[in-house]
Amino acid sequence: MGRYLLRRLLQLVPVFIGTTFLIYWLVWAVPGDPFAGKCGERRCPDQYIAFMTEKYHLDQNVFVQYANYMKNLLQGDFGQTFSQREISDIILTSYPNTLKLAVVALAIEAVIGLGAGVLSGLRRNGFLDNLVLVSTLFLIALPVFVVGFVLQWLLGVQWGIIKPTVSSEMRWSELIVPGFVLGSASVAYIARVARTSIAENRRADYVRTAIAKGLPMRRVVGVHLLRNSLIPVVTLLGTDLGALMGGAIVTEGIFGINGIGRQVFRAIITKESATVVGIVVVLVLVYLVMNLLVDLLYAALDPRIRYE
Amino acid sequence: MSDPSTASVVSTPGAHPTDSAAPATAGQPQSNDKPRGLLGDAWRDLRRKPLFWISATLIVIFLLMAAFPALFAPGDAVNGSLSRSLDKPSANGWFGYDVQGRDVYARVIYGARASIVVAVLSVMGTLLIGGTMGIISGYRGGWVDALLSRIADVFFGLPFVLGAIVILTTFNGSGAGNSKAQIMGLVTASLIVLSWPVVMRLMRSSVLATKEADYIVAARALGAGTGRIILKHLLPNCLAPLLVYGTIMVGSFIGAEATLSFLGVGLKSPVVSWGIMISDGQQFVRVAPGLVFFPAAFLVTAVLSFVMLGESVREALDPKLR
Repeated sequence: MGRYLLRRLLQLVPVFIGTTFLIYWLVWAVPGDPFAGKCGERRCPDQYIAFMTEKYHLDQNVFVQYANYMKNLLQGDFGQTFSQREISDIILTSYPNTLKLAVVALAIEAVIGLGAGVLSGLRRNGFLDNLVLVSTLFLIALPVFVVGFVLQWLLGVQWGIIKPTVSSEMRWSELIVPGFVLGSASVAYIARVARTSIAENRRADYVRTAIAKGLPMRRVVGVHLLRNSLIPVVTLLGTDLGALMGGAIVTEGIFGINGIGRQVFRAIITKESATVVGIVVVLVLVYLVMNLLVDLLYAALDPRIRYE
Repeated sequence: MSDPSTASVVSTPGAHPTDSAAPATAGQPQSNDKPRGLLGDAWRDLRRKPLFWISATLIVIFLLMAAFPALFAPGDAVNGSLSRSLDKPSANGWFGYDVQGRDVYARVIYGARASIVVAVLSVMGTLLIGGTMGIISGYRGGWVDALLSRIADVFFGLPFVLGAIVILTTFNGSGAGNSKAQIMGLVTASLIVLSWPVVMRLMRSSVLATKEADYIVAARALGAGTGRIILKHLLPNCLAPLLVYGTIMVGSFIGAEATLSFLGVGLKSPVVSWGIMISDGQQFVRVAPGLVFFPAAFLVTAVLSFVMLGESVREALDPKLR
């Protein structure tokens, strides 16, 4: 286990460097004046340009810039925006909001997706199974922004059931609809994976034995079937948490949530390059670590898997 | 299907599926003299599925719409007259008019082209690049595999929407005077760059699974070169999952393109696209909900029909589900 962990961690390093360098290169090193439009309708003052060039090492090539950036990052310094605001500050204020939203989305995914998957997997080709298949197909096909926009308009504007936007306190009750929107496609995937997994294990010998020795159906499903079918679902949920936090740009934009997705979108549009890189670094790190955790969880859930 | 290995070896993906299935007498097992391949089996299965026919019909309609929009809508999609601004649906303009007085029906029809062209080109590029990388890394193994897999991980680690926004704002920012074709090319390129790793992983795992099969070993023993083994033996047997994934991917790329256009970083205004229409229409949704509803309905139907097609093909190809 220890050696496996070490190898995986070592593999993470080049991937992390590659991804962050790619973004760094994209936002900083593309031809064109990095200060164009930064100072309103006029040219930036020379002192400002000189100061910024010095600060971000803009006169050196992109590798040196990146190395300097990484050196600062390892010391916990995310740098500052062009208006001298600490980027770590921005991340710290907005990240909890995104995390909260992602957790709500994950909970909704787990409850609805797993519930639908188990019900339809147990009775394949029944009415419920077909209903689940058709509705998951719809959820997969609907782009997130369409779901978000339609739900916001119907529930928020037309029928007035929810507030169209989420207030800054981020109450849990307000997050249910945005959470559902964020997780809508994943709900469908989880339902399908759970369905296949349950249906496959339903025919397994150990389930037949459990039924044959007279266990009540609830115990057969709840203990024997569910635990063994859960592994692919947990994998999916884990990787999804990493992906949800990077994919919340659209949802956060629609419902006006001050999360990391909205910050990074604003930063990209206003060309706050340092902010973009900083946020992406955090997102990529979270995503990679989540994937690693999921792989480790595998071994814990399924004793047949050994990492040696 | 008692012997799965023969079933997959006999498959002849080069031939059109209809050739191997008896066309006139459906359901009658009269073609016993000739063993059917995997694709022939799949085609027989497919023909009985209403889902397949519905989605195939819709896709044909959408493709026609993309190729010959004038066939469906005689109106002008680009120019409008402000006197008709936000008019309700009528006999002249079936879906009403947008704020610039442009015919929404015509725009929805003409919007199919950009969305479908971008999606199909991106899928082809993704399959080509991802497939090639997957074959190379699966077949060669060793350090080549390790290197390519790490490169794929780098691109895989970027969140999709975020990565696309960064790429597109860098090369297609508000200042860049890109032409229509350039914008579409950029959107296509960014979709390809961010999604080839998925195809590569898919291809790599199926190459790894087939590489040691008896017929490959036999071909090598007979003296076949690497190129011949890959093209004649490996590729045809690894193609099925790729095709299924590709079909579904067309659907999700249509959605992705619309999302990017909705965010204002994808296709831009002289191009007519569903995402742009939804993005433009959302400010007027209270007065004219049709401005959002109709493009969204077309978008969802298009995505749905590709996803449904991929879904039914996969069920037909998957012997486990039979």
